Amino acid sequence: MRMLINVPETVVADGLRGMAAAHPELNVDVENRVIVRRDAPVAGQVALVSGGGSGHEPLHGGFVGPGMLSAACPGEVFTSPVPDQMARAAAAVDSGAGVLFVVKNYTGDVLNFDMAAELAEDEGIQVAKVLVNDDVAVTDSLYTAGRRGTGATLFVEKIAGAAAAEGQPLERVEAVGRQVNENSRSFGVALSAVTTPAKGSPTFDLPSGELELGIGIHGEPGRERRAMMTSGEIADFAVHAILEDMPPRNPVLVLVNGMGATPLLELYGFNAEVQRVLGERGVTVARTLVGNYVTSLDMAGASVTLCQVDEELLRLWDAPVKTPALRWGM
Amino acid sequence: MLDADFFRRWMTATATSMNREAERLTALDSAIGDADHGSNMQRGFSAVRAALEEEAPDTPGAVLTLAGRRLISTVGGASGPLYGTLLRRAGKAFGDAAEVSEKQLAEALRAGVDGVMALGGAAPGDKTMIDALVPAVDALGDGFAAARAAAEEGAVATTPLQARKGRASYLGERSIGHQDPGATSSALLIAGLAEAATGASGE
Repeated sequence: MRMLINVPETVVADGLRGMAAAHPELNVDVENRVIVRRDAPVAGQVALVSGGGSGHEPLHGGFVGPGMLSAACPGEVFTSPVPDQMARAAAAVDSGAGVLFVVKNYTGDVLNFDMAAELAEDEGIQVAKVLVNDDVAVTDSLYTAGRRGTGATLFVEKIAGAAAAEGQPLERVEAVGRQVNENSRSFGVALSAVTTPAKGSPTFDLPSGELELGIGIHGEPGRERRAMMTSGEIADFAVHAILEDMPPRNPVLVLVNGMGATPLLELYGFNAEVQRVLGERGVTVARTLVGNYVTSLDMAGASVTLCQVDEELLRLWDAPVKTPALRWGM
Repeated sequence: MLDADFFRRWMTATATSMNREAERLTALDSAIGDADHGSNMQRGFSAVRAALEEEAPDTPGAVLTLAGRRLISTVGGASGPLYGTLLRRAGKAFGDAAEVSEKQLAEALRAGVDGVMALGGAAPGDKTMIDALVPAVDALGDGFAAARAAAEEGAVATTPLQARKGRASYLGERSIGHQDPGATSSALLIAGLAEAATGASGE
């Protein structure tokens, strides 16, 4: 194991201390594991709180700031945070206008956020929730825990965050978040397995020359293993999987997301192929984002997320945002 | 009759076995999950042990509700709320009683398991902790050793199943052939009960 760490037990705390030092505009509570924008609560604005396991950086702490999240709760590596963290975050950011929890559909995240919502409501905080479940690699049926929440989390947090920044009421911000989720689909591919600090060796065995199709963001294997494919072939596979599930009628936002260990050169090349496939299928692209945003530690690979947008959602996407990992217009 | 001391021994014995078996649980979890179940359970039950040393609650119900609260506050993932609910529900079923019978323990655990099924939505055969807990509770009438054996058998019997809940469900058929880590940690919890009954603290 070669990792730039001290010991596995302090990886999350060490990362948070470093984040605090780099971002004085955030209030990073290392002990309680809550990252809050320093000017919170913002009077008259709905607050957005998200969180999940660590290891997906910059998600979620990197998206805290004006125009996006009010607070984020990082859990242990790949483990959802605990209700106390989320309730503490909600109390820190609620201005009286209510709090929207953005929750990725993983059993642990869902259960802990539900418990946190009860705790926050006991304190008189109004709470709403948007569940993100965009991953088309998972069959949404009675026989699974339902589709995972992956890349669309960024779209939901950005667009609902913009609605909140405009002073829209809680039910409206929640509705915008749900609309973004319903119009988003993702598909991910792994070229290598992840090594978690706690385990110290790859979580699954992926021989060179093979790849996993339909992976999530926690180092779990995908649905299918194949012989290595070219960037163009992978783009064909991923985009077709998404379009089969959601043939868009409107322009789309495109997120070509690195899983952590794939260089930007490869991601840009992959994006060229994704744009080619979309063009061939007659899909109009409104905006494109390429980079490492929803990662899985040192996993190599990428995911594609498409979000169908109308004029209103596109306007909210373009609205100013100022966070460590996403920043434009201000 | 079982007093608060019995329940403290149960939690302590479980904390010890979670420490001992953490690597094995994590290895099971890396096959079909995300390789953290061992460290999460170890962290949670260590916190339970520390809390019980600090507060020393004096009824069975108070021991279990405190333990459940600590698990919810420290474990995270799905295991935190599920194990926390199991112990809190069981603890609540005891009320303020200073001592409880083995029959009451079986009833309380049954209530706890019902709470876990309601929260997680899992049924027997879904390849989860339920597959160890349900047979264990069914066997409790025959004593702690029988419950322990039933839980272990239940955990092993998850191997050929396809997961339908939790993170392993994303693997579909590829989850077949691996023992469920949650059922395995549940078997450790029930084994702790048998250890507490023999008076061992697990130390």
